Amino acid sequence: MSPISRGFHGRRSTPAGAESRVPPGQYVTDGFPVLSAGPTPHTSLNQWTFSIRQDDRELKSWSWEEIQALPAEAVTKDIHCVTRWTKLDTEWRGVSMDTLLGAVEHDSGYILAFCDGGYTTNLPIADVTDGQAWVAYEYDGDPLDPEHGGPARLLVPHLYFWKSAKWVRGVELLDHDEPGFWETYGYHMYGDPWKEQRYSGD
Amino acid sequence: METLDGNALAGLLAEVFGGEMTSTVVTCQTCGFTAAIAETVVYSRLPGAIVRCRNCTGLLMVITQIRGVNCVDMLGMA
Amino acid sequence: MEGTAVQRRLTWKVATVAAVTRETPSVRTIELAVPDWPGHRAGQHLDVRLTAEDGYTAERSYSIASAPGEPVVITVERLKDGEVSPYLTEELRVGDQLELRGPVGGYFVWEATDTEPLLLVAGGSGIVPLRAILRQRQRSGSNVPVRLLYSSRTLPDVIYRDELDAYDDGISVSYTLTRAQPPGWTGYAGRVNSALLAEVAWPADKEPLAYICGPTSFVEAVAEGLVGLGYQPGQVKTERFGASGGR
Repeated sequence: MSPISRGFHGRRSTPAGAESRVPPGQYVTDGFPVLSAGPTPHTSLNQWTFSIRQDDRELKSWSWEEIQALPAEAVTKDIHCVTRWTKLDTEWRGVSMDTLLGAVEHDSGYILAFCDGGYTTNLPIADVTDGQAWVAYEYDGDPLDPEHGGPARLLVPHLYFWKSAKWVRGVELLDHDEPGFWETYGYHMYGDPWKEQRYSGD
Repeated sequence: METLDGNALAGLLAEVFGGEMTSTVVTCQTCGFTAAIAETVVYSRLPGAIVRCRNCTGLLMVITQIRGVNCVDMLGMA
Repeated sequence: MEGTAVQRRLTWKVATVAAVTRETPSVRTIELAVPDWPGHRAGQHLDVRLTAEDGYTAERSYSIASAPGEPVVITVERLKDGEVSPYLTEELRVGDQLELRGPVGGYFVWEATDTEPLLLVAGGSGIVPLRAILRQRQRSGSNVPVRLLYSSRTLPDVIYRDELDAYDDGISVSYTLTRAQPPGWTGYAGRVNSALLAEVAWPADKEPLAYICGPTSFVEAVAEGLVGLGYQPGQVKTERFGASGGR
């Protein structure tokens, strides 16, 4: 049992009335911590693409201009990091994954998102459709900062934020749930913050 | 985001391996570069810590702390 | 049992704050009473863990500011958006407890048996482990020649100023102030760059040993500068602090 550090509060404070928006074990932050597993990639926009792949084939691909031309949405969401910080009312703009996945015919049950720098993360298709996920390229009214995943990141706010893959370049359609980077190291395959699914077995 | 170096992992690695590890010289499996663990590039405060080669950014180690247990995966070291 | 070194597996232990000293408006030195402290080497650090009432924990690493044989002392700089440093520099009182793990680190250490000329380069609170090295040099009676280059924002930010200025035998201290200099300042001004290093550092052919400590970007710039002066990588030891919130 660790001794309590008298007078230590850390930095957290939950705004009054927001308690029900904070999943168990989380603390509200007003900063936006930068967590990266590797150096920030710098892909030029004229080389950037987002593609949907299956069985080593590219089913569909969009250039930056093409993604920008798709109908976009502004969304405000709470986000929850497995390292225990939660940020309320984050504002994003991007293209719904429904729009992107709707452009291909498939009956896959899962995706594995892949990114510049090699990061991957897995998600059920059911969790990245029906208005639950976006490819986001603006945060807080500005182009998404490279440190935070720009030019574009996956945004899946109902799951722990490691699933909102930075520097996303596409998704692989799969018929099974394939562990991505953190999942391979013992993090939960699904990652529901309301069930505190941080680690495999939770 | 600022990275640290392997000195930052001295305590954790000593706890896991039972002794001082930061002066241990390791070889990157990706590019062959050798360096002391203290000199590697560390991405910390993640769901774990990521240790990369200073020369090629290749992945050297992944450290996670799951339910209070430290796990060190040294996949990238030759 | 005398003379038997018992290798205890490193783990967290509870330490008590024995004394606190303000060094600068944003920096405080904390002396810790640590049960069964095994002794430490100059340059080592320790990990500190704080636990709030609701179970929230935060961990940080701090270099040990004292020499082997002296009480365990750390020096902490309050960081603007810090989570732990404001607590340690403002709230923590004598008698309070905290958990620590250490001493740790076997790379960024100096022994009195080392005979090479020393170049110590500090950025901000990077001075802390270098101060331990200087104190160890004094305590051990070593007479290796030392050049210290210490970069701070302003003169009030210089930690241990009186102690550093009191060194004379074989220790040469140079300060550079990057943000503002007082009237009549005779030290250096501006960031450490290749020109300043060329002026202050030991020539590479003296086969010096260099220790660089400070924020990551500072350490990288200085290390690159020394390599440019002909220092071999094996002669340059580095310890990077995070720019925000320490390690």
